[in-house]
Amino acid sequence: MKLISSESVPVRTPEDIVAVRQAVRRKAVKLGFGLVDQTKVVTASSELARNTLDYGGGGIVQLEIVESERSKSGLRLIFEDRGPGIPDIDLALSDGYTTGAGMGLGLGGAKRLSHEFEIWSKPGEGTRVSILRWK
Amino acid sequence: MGGFLLVTIQVDMHDRLALTLQDDLTSMVVRHRARGVLIDISALEMVDSFIGRMLGTIASMATLLDAITVVVGMQPSVAITLVELGLPLKGIRTALDVEKGMAALQTALAENEDGGDEAHQQ
Ligand SMILES: Nc1ncnc2c1ncn2[C@@H]1O[C@H](COP(=O)(O)OP(=O)(O)OP(=O)(O)O)[C@@H](O)[C@H]1O
Ligand SMILES: [Mg+2]
Repeated sequence: MKLISSESVPVRTPEDIVAVRQAVRRKAVKLGFGLVDQTKVVTASSELARNTLDYGGGGIVQLEIVESERSKSGLRLIFEDRGPGIPDIDLALSDGYTTGAGMGLGLGGAKRLSHEFEIWSKPGEGTRVSILRWK
Repeated sequence: MGGFLLVTIQVDMHDRLALTLQDDLTSMVVRHRARGVLIDISALEMVDSFIGRMLGTIASMATLLDAITVVVGMQPSVAITLVELGLPLKGIRTALDVEKGMAALQTALAENEDGGDEAHQQ
C-alpha cells in the first residue's frame, strides 16, 4: 500500500468534529466516492472523532489517501488520543456498551461502515483507531 | 394553539447546537401547545448516533407533552448508512417529504382523538 497524501485535523472541540466530517467529505469527493460511500465514511469519522473528544480528551485525526498494489485508491482515517485508553476492547466494540451517555454504537458502527478497521489501545497511554474505505 | 411546528435543519450541527435545538423545540411544543412536530432533515448529509439520539429524544419528549413527531426528508444515502451503523430510530415516525409528513401527522392525530373518545365513552 502506498501513501499518496496525508493531512491532519485536530479534535479539541465539538466544532472540530464538524470540521473532521467536512474534511473527510472533501477527500471522499476528491477520490470519486459515490454518495452512499461518502456518507458511510463521513458518518464513521463523526463517531470516531466524537469518541476521541469525549473519551480520549481530544486528539488528532490523520486523513490519508492511499493506493493499493493494484492501483485501487482508498481513504484511511487514523484517530489518535492520549486519553485513558480502553481496558477491554472487545467489550467496547460490542453494540450497546457505553461508559458514557451514548448508545454504544460508535465503535461497532464505524467498523461496519469501513472495509478495514484496526484499534490499538493501552490503559493510561491512549487509543488509536484506524479505518479504511476503498473506492 | 394546538397547531404543528415545522423545523427545518439547514446546517451541519455540532453537538452542543443539536442539544440546544432539542431543548428549544421542547419548550416550543409547550409554549405553542403544539399537537405535532415536523422535523425536515432533507438538508442533512449525514445522521450519526448523536443526531439520531437527538431525534429520538425530541420524539419522546413530544410524546410526553402529547404531541406527535414526524421526521421528514431523510436522504436515501443517510437511511442506508443509518441501518449499517445500527441505529434503530425506534419510535420515530418518518415520511418522505413535508407534505406527506403533514398528512401522516393529521392521520395520527385523528386516530389519537378517536382512541381518546372511545376511552371516554367506556
Ligand atoms: N478514544 C477512546 N478512549 C477511551 N475510551 C473509549 C474511546 N473510544 C471509545 N471508548 C470506550 O468505548 C465505549 C464504546 O464506544 P462507542 O463509540 O461504541 O459508544 P459510545 O460512545 O459510548 O456511544 P455512542 O457512540 O453510541 O454515542 C465508550 O463508552 C468508551 O468507554
Ligand atoms: Mg461513540
